[in-house]
Amino acid sequence: MATQTTSEQQQRAPDSSQVLTFVLGNETYGVDILRVQEIRGWSAVTKIPHAPAHVLGVLNLRGSIVPIVDLRMRFALERAEYTAVTVIIVMSVVTASGRRDFGVVVDGVSDVVDVNSAEIKPAPELGTRAAIDYLLGLVSIAERMVVLLDIDRLIGRDLGVLPGGTEAGSPAADAA
Amino acid sequence: MTVDLTQFHAAFFEESFEALDAMEAALLKLDIGAPDPELINTIFRVAHSIKGGSATFGFSDIASFTHSLETLLDELRSGGMPVTAAVSDLLLKSVDVLRVMLRAVQSKQPIDAQRVSDLQFDLEVTIARKRESIAAETARAPAPALTASSDGVPAATADAPAPGTEARRWRIHFRPFRELLARGNDPVRMLRELAGLGGLEVRIDIQALPPLADINPQECHLSWTLEVPGEVPEEAIRQVFDWAEGDCDLAVERVPPAPSTAAAADAAQSAPQPQIPADSTRSPAPQAAALEPPALTPAPASPSPSAQPRPEATLSAPGDSGSIRVSVEKIDELMNSVGELVITQAMLSQLGAQTEGPQAERLRAGLAQLERNMRELQESVMRVRMLPISFVFSRFPRMVRDLAQRLGKQIELKLTGEQTELDKTVLEKIGDPLVHLVRNCIDHGIESPEVRLAAGKPAAGTVHLDASHRGGNISVEVSDDGGGLDKTRILAKARARGLIGANETLGDAQIYELIFLPGFSTAEKTTDLSGRGVGMDVVRRNVKELGGKIELASEPGRGSRFTITLPLTLAIVDGQSVAVGSETYIVPLISIVESMQLKPTGINRLSGRGEVFSFRGDYLPILRLHALFGVEPHTRALDEGLVVVAEGDGRRVGLFVDDLLGQQQVVIKSLEANYGHIDGISGATILGDGSVALILDVPGLIRAADMRAAA
Repeated sequence: MATQTTSEQQQRAPDSSQVLTFVLGNETYGVDILRVQEIRGWSAVTKIPHAPAHVLGVLNLRGSIVPIVDLRMRFALERAEYTAVTVIIVMSVVTASGRRDFGVVVDGVSDVVDVNSAEIKPAPELGTRAAIDYLLGLVSIAERMVVLLDIDRLIGRDLGVLPGGTEAGSPAADAA
Repeated sequence: MTVDLTQFHAAFFEESFEALDAMEAALLKLDIGAPDPELINTIFRVAHSIKGGSATFGFSDIASFTHSLETLLDELRSGGMPVTAAVSDLLLKSVDVLRVMLRAVQSKQPIDAQRVSDLQFDLEVTIARKRESIAAETARAPAPALTASSDGVPAATADAPAPGTEARRWRIHFRPFRELLARGNDPVRMLRELAGLGGLEVRIDIQALPPLADINPQECHLSWTLEVPGEVPEEAIRQVFDWAEGDCDLAVERVPPAPSTAAAADAAQSAPQPQIPADSTRSPAPQAAALEPPALTPAPASPSPSAQPRPEATLSAPGDSGSIRVSVEKIDELMNSVGELVITQAMLSQLGAQTEGPQAERLRAGLAQLERNMRELQESVMRVRMLPISFVFSRFPRMVRDLAQRLGKQIELKLTGEQTELDKTVLEKIGDPLVHLVRNCIDHGIESPEVRLAAGKPAAGTVHLDASHRGGNISVEVSDDGGGLDKTRILAKARARGLIGANETLGDAQIYELIFLPGFSTAEKTTDLSGRGVGMDVVRRNVKELGGKIELASEPGRGSRFTITLPLTLAIVDGQSVAVGSETYIVPLISIVESMQLKPTGINRLSGRGEVFSFRGDYLPILRLHALFGVEPHTRALDEGLVVVAEGDGRRVGLFVDDLLGQQQVVIKSLEANYGHIDGISGATILGDGSVALILDVPGLIRAADMRAAA
């Protein structure tokens, strides 16, 4: 399965692609820069009833209503206080019904780096984690390990908008 | 009920010109010999819409012309006539003539009746020829008709160049409809009034007069050609016929003091005529036109310089509303930008209030000014898109009256929910489908008074149009209390047309589905109202384009009801803001009955059924919003907060909230665009401070609470 996602990555960017890296606790994560709409400071959100715990609520982003996801809670990390320096990265997922925007709360944005697809290592099979399929792979940048995320799988399913979400989940469950 | 229809003329012209462009494009794409049926359908629909619109507004010349055009197109559509180059030419010419007619009506100029009737004649001839012999002649037959027409058009317009110049006579074609007398109009009085304007020459046409034995003295069978000499303003002539408008065919045109008419005296007067255009030699048009009458030869060139300048001159005049079409996205962008500006301004105001120093006062004054301007700007931008549905509804009283009269039916039109506001783009597109539906109701639905009385129903049928906000949607209902849909006839027709197999059996819903197919109609014969089967497929197409759906319910003998449900992509709702803990929610005012503070004695606890309170003699359940939405409230004690009595789906509940904040109009934004549907929430809006508030969907909330109670 991991090889399959790697080949997907190769199709998307034959040689290298740009990745926005950000920090969450002690880890560094990366997402395809083309998916990033903007980076903005934290502001209070409006809660949505019956939403998963890591969907904090919605924000007004220049007139459109955008859900905000707390990645720390999504990854079951220790919760951090939201302060003025907390950052929201607004990204978009592409679904059958069109583009959907959402924001993720992260500790801080680090850098934009070029990643050569040949350097991407498959994520290790951890066995117990069924939801591991949102990892595209690992890449080492300046001695640090960066975890590349598949935003469509990670967020699309949470928002209940990705038709393939459950299908993508099942092979992972099978693999586990 | 009187409605000034003229306010909708601009929209009609705009749409018609656009439709004609589309028709022209489709005609040009049409392959001779092997036409694409979809293209023919497109062309047909354009003709049909223009016919419908012009009939509604009483432009009978256009309606009559498009009817002929439509008949020809119907032949093409059914494959009864091949699409030849000649036919295609004829259709393109019709587009040109329609444009000229529309432009003439728009600028309130007389229609070039000769040119129109010539072309209409060609259309009819083509249809008639086809009916006589489809066989060998098809290739050649329309061609002579065409050359005749191309001769005919310039010939007709050749005597028209004078309209451009200072004509000395008015010629009026006045053909009253039969019921003119019954409407309280008296032609004799009109003629007398005309004669009062100056001289009057009257020629009467008695061709339509039936034999004496058959004459009904209450009906008018005569028509007149009238000539008024002298410098009479057109307005004065039109005024004479003001009251008869819609009850007659009327054409007023300027004519030169024709040598053929034995008006020798006029000829002497007309001698100074060439000098009049000579005074205004600055504009080349009158010059060319002045030269025209003696030299009749270069015919095709003459109509354009003489006929065109006038309408164009009036086009740029203030009479034209000068509207432009703007894409929805641009308006959305504009609205979002203004929303951002309002928030930035609020932030600045806050900062300004804290500033101290010599400049602070001036800063605050400037900010106050900015706030006012911002508010105005925001309101104007909002207004750009939103209009009450009465804009569409108000075309119906006239239409229903006319149709009822023509069909000999008694119909009462009921309009409700006219103030429901909806998106301008939605409004524009909902008009035509509604016209079709109402026509269908009147033509097919409502029975004649005799049949109704026999069935024990009141002689007058009712057509009801209703609009309302429902959940996150706008729903428009068109219902009648007529005979309902005839399922057996629909089935028989569908079998005859080969739409379904002979032995196929269908459920009710599937049968109703059949009437939405292109070209389907159960009408016995084609009237100019409906029955050509264009209506319903256009209706559904338009509704689908708006992302909506159309549903049909029908009961034999009781009538049928069409429900169009449209999504509320962007609509404004009057809302009451309520506070629950740190959150703000918007309750649509339309669902609120009353807001009140409960006394501890008024609250009862039913075992297993939650809390209720007494309200006007009823016990209503209390829905605690904080519990439903998982919010930490300021108070959980029912007598400390407030209860908003709200109604949804015919049921009332008390919504328990911390406090009421204020009423405001809010713009509904979709939550589903980026997130998904939430039970009990119809959307979200952006408050003045830039934060998001959720809008409650009261019926959905009640259902959600039911499910919680059941679980």
